[in-house]
Amino acid sequence: MRYLYYPGCSLKGAGKPYEESFLAVLQALGVESEELPDWNCCGATAYMAVNELQAFALAARNLAIAEARNAQQKTEPIPLVAPCSACYLVLSKTHRYMEEYGDVRGRINRALGAAGLQYEGRVRVEHPLDTFVNTIGLGKIAERVTAPLSGLRVACYYGCQIVRPYATFDDQHNPSSMERLLGALGAETVDWPLKTRCCGGSLSGTIREVGLRLCQILLKEARKRGADVIATVCPLCQFNLECFQNKIRDQFGETIELPVVYFTQLMGLAFGLSEKTLGMQRLFVPLKLAAG
Amino acid sequence: MPDQRFQRTIKYEAELDPGFGREVAASPGGESLHACIQCGTCSGTCPLSVYMDYTPRRIIAMTRAGFKDEVLRSDTIWLCASCYSCTVECPKQIKITDVMYALKQKAIEEKVYAKRFTIPVLAREFYAGVKKRGRNTESWLMTNVMLKTNPFDLFRQSGLGLALFIRGRMGIRAESIRKTGELRKILQAVEEETRGNPAASGVKETS
Repeated sequence: MRYLYYPGCSLKGAGKPYEESFLAVLQALGVESEELPDWNCCGATAYMAVNELQAFALAARNLAIAEARNAQQKTEPIPLVAPCSACYLVLSKTHRYMEEYGDVRGRINRALGAAGLQYEGRVRVEHPLDTFVNTIGLGKIAERVTAPLSGLRVACYYGCQIVRPYATFDDQHNPSSMERLLGALGAETVDWPLKTRCCGGSLSGTIREVGLRLCQILLKEARKRGADVIATVCPLCQFNLECFQNKIRDQFGETIELPVVYFTQLMGLAFGLSEKTLGMQRLFVPLKLAAG
Repeated sequence: MPDQRFQRTIKYEAELDPGFGREVAASPGGESLHACIQCGTCSGTCPLSVYMDYTPRRIIAMTRAGFKDEVLRSDTIWLCASCYSCTVECPKQIKITDVMYALKQKAIEEKVYAKRFTIPVLAREFYAGVKKRGRNTESWLMTNVMLKTNPFDLFRQSGLGLALFIRGRMGIRAESIRKTGELRKILQAVEEETRGNPAASGVKETS
């Protein structure tokens, strides 16, 4: 199967190591992928705050392009993989609202029609965590491991928008896909009840005191639970938790230095891929694996 | 002792906007607003409610009762980070995050927020950039927001920008899609449809 990949704006910016490691890991597993041609921004939370119908239309253009790309595929849903949690949520929500609300579907399709596009609802928006754990399978992943992450204690951070409000592939309150995946890579995972607590999203850039406090709570608890590293599934979570550690220190007078990486980077390391391929050199807080 | 001033601390019904709750309930996801039993589960699960001027539970009660002005001027609607905790926990399945979106849209439509308040400025700058180019460029977005809110921040945040840049995590070039004309047509079609409709972006459930 050939996967359509929706990068979203962040994976071309601050989340570049996510794109690099995600694509490298797919390739290592022998899975073909193609970037969605001429994709546009999903609209994130900001667009929705200004104009809801336009936000749906914006996201729907991507769904329509994915459908047109697979015009011959009529029975099976067309998987569109969106690694960023906000993109994943907005694209899923648009698909669902077009299904649930006849009025939204009609109006969005009329708008798409103005540009010769339409969306029939045949796309399945997928998060890579779902793809790896449930489609590709832990067996195949474990087979590919050449450098098990033995002794590495990982706090698995899901954040908000991949499990809420639509937990299609995991439990809303206590998801476990990432723990199982990391177990297959040979890592240890720590028990960390804050794994679905919000990092504050864009608050780190808008109301800084509040955003930093939310991140500090997460980091502090992860360290207390004995984590060597936090694994994330979202470019904004990763950015917030990693890049503001010095500002958190200045604000709260407490140093917490904890590497925060993408779960796909850990997969790549376990597969024996080079650090550079996985964008490890782009991290602010380097991850040092025990020798051997 | 200076003159004592007495200010009424309640609102008379005549000063409320009774249609406000109905308007909000008409947006997608708002339909079950009137089912709220005021249990406070939303406020209890919200990681931001401790920073809010009115908790989510109070915002719902006030919206239904027609306290339009207080609700649209509250910090609460902007502090909501869309984490959907409340939506998932609500025993009456009210899509509270969607209600917050509907309130943000109304506040922006009616321009009732402080001019330099970062969050609505960010939303509007994001909106404008994406509408024009189809993609958002993090460095451009943050620069524009800082210029319009607190230009001094440009210096304070330059260290972070530089650190991202040298790690290849920040693009300078404005990202854009190829078919910007196609996107413009789609967004214009939405605008034309909603023009003349007082609830500009609201939608009624007719499925």
